Amino acid sequence: MSDLNKLTLSAARDGLRAKEFTSAELTEACLGEIEAAGALNAFVHNTPDIARTQAKAADAKLASGDAPAMCGLPIGIKDLFATKGVPTQAASAILEGFKPEYESTITAKLFDAGAVMLGKLNMDEFAMGSSNETSTYGNAINPWKRTGDATDITPGGSSGGSSAAVAADLCLAATGTDTGGSIRQPAAFTGIVGIKPTYGRCSRWGVVAFASSLDQAGPMTKSVRDAAIMLEAMCGHDMKDSTSADLPVPNFEAMLTGDIKGKKIGIPKEYRLDGIPDEISKLWDEGAAMLRDAGAEIVDISLPHTKYALPTYYVIAPAEASSNLARYDGVRYGHRAKLSAGEGIDDMYEKTRAEGFGKEVQRRVMVGTYVLSAGFYDAYYNKARKVRTLIKKDFEDVFAQGVDAILTPATPSPAFGLGEVSDSDPIQMYLNDVFTVTVNLAGLPGISVPAGLSSNGLPLGLQLIGKPWEEGDLLNIAHSLEDAAGFVSKPEKWW
Amino acid sequence: MSIDIDTARRVAKLARIRVEEDALPALADEFNAVLGFIEQLSEVDVDGVEPMTSVTPQRLKRRKDGVTDGNMQEKILSNAPDAREGFFAVPKVVE
Repeated sequence: MSDLNKLTLSAARDGLRAKEFTSAELTEACLGEIEAAGALNAFVHNTPDIARTQAKAADAKLASGDAPAMCGLPIGIKDLFATKGVPTQAASAILEGFKPEYESTITAKLFDAGAVMLGKLNMDEFAMGSSNETSTYGNAINPWKRTGDATDITPGGSSGGSSAAVAADLCLAATGTDTGGSIRQPAAFTGIVGIKPTYGRCSRWGVVAFASSLDQAGPMTKSVRDAAIMLEAMCGHDMKDSTSADLPVPNFEAMLTGDIKGKKIGIPKEYRLDGIPDEISKLWDEGAAMLRDAGAEIVDISLPHTKYALPTYYVIAPAEASSNLARYDGVRYGHRAKLSAGEGIDDMYEKTRAEGFGKEVQRRVMVGTYVLSAGFYDAYYNKARKVRTLIKKDFEDVFAQGVDAILTPATPSPAFGLGEVSDSDPIQMYLNDVFTVTVNLAGLPGISVPAGLSSNGLPLGLQLIGKPWEEGDLLNIAHSLEDAAGFVSKPEKWW
Repeated sequence: MSIDIDTARRVAKLARIRVEEDALPALADEFNAVLGFIEQLSEVDVDGVEPMTSVTPQRLKRRKDGVTDGNMQEKILSNAPDAREGFFAVPKVVE
């Protein structure tokens, strides 16, 4: 059987169990594709030896008939996850050479579920970015191109290596993380599915911290069914993360009934922004119509504090980042600057951090330092935490009115060309997350589903936002939307 | 609120990031752009609103206060840029 790498998780799982092929064959197919896809710069640390060992073990389990949920399925891991003995840099020069002595809870759970790791994936440095252009590894490239235009396109960010790799069929699925939209925006930019679960669903232990009150891991996959399968393998309580929820994890795949009759889907009027391209508004309307045709009730809702979400985020996230990134001091791991005679420990800290952190990370650490500094803490940080309470309350009010999920565009534009959003204007880049960031601030689950193509031939996504801990219901609604949208386009291979 | 060069220098120092003198004006401009964007928050009436401490209301789990790991000095030092005789080595701190 050819093109095994193009399979979904569910199809590959079924094929493995039916003995149509082995995990070793499936894994080789992916390794071959990765080898040939250097131009995408998606995989940045390949782990073929680990992959082959894991595939062999998986085949033995499959043969014994005792195979766990993801047995033998080859995936990519975002560089933000600590993987034992394998470089883990968060795409930063400051973690050059760092090889963790431990495994993150999420990757450990995936390996326990039988998954095969092909390698580590490119991303924005410390997950700070929306285009994968802040990575120390260089840009990841979107497998999609604009119609008749050879310009390299961003795969989104921060999980840009993950989105590019899944869209280009280098792996069956990948892990991502999402602090303000870093799973959902790259998924939308590459025509794949990405879900950020409720805050607390996935353990953050061993995930390099950016903004701890916002960070969540999630799967990036080729279908909603795959998202359900992989999310279940990633979720669960972990004593090593005090914010991890001690709640049962449902069988998400079994909840994909296709029946959404009577579900109430909210359309928030505040998301109709000025300057959003007509094709995005049109896609949004079409998505609502599809859900209505599937039996859902579409209702207009209001989330009045939406416009304050991005400014709130750009206080809270940098504040937490400045605190989390204080650990990179050149003492315990990673890069240490060379010192001249007479230079002391403060010089070591300052030079190490100036050399090791990229421009955007430095900017955010310093903004965070400023908003937390004496005299400004109340005006900025506490104010933002209060507005965050109001943003969350907007959602609580809507859910209290009986709304089951909220439909919005995933991004305010299709993917842009690399270098087209200027580095000198950070705000313009931040606007990419305008539809996704509210979800992190409110701790809710959100999923991006590919729904159509832009006029210039690039994928567009729609976002569904669910109630806390109701990922199963959310996935089921997303499954209906996926069915109705019938997005089957793939990028034409040029790499 | 406008950030001048002195404030930019002070913030860089607090963040322990070396910024050369000639890069400070551009840094101050960038801060001002970001803070100008954040400034919108002043429009919001937050009277009587509690600042969020936890996005999912839950009591943090407790466990018995006991030793759960240890004896891994080598592992802890394995990634250090400079480790000597079982310690992290740094430039001289005390004269």
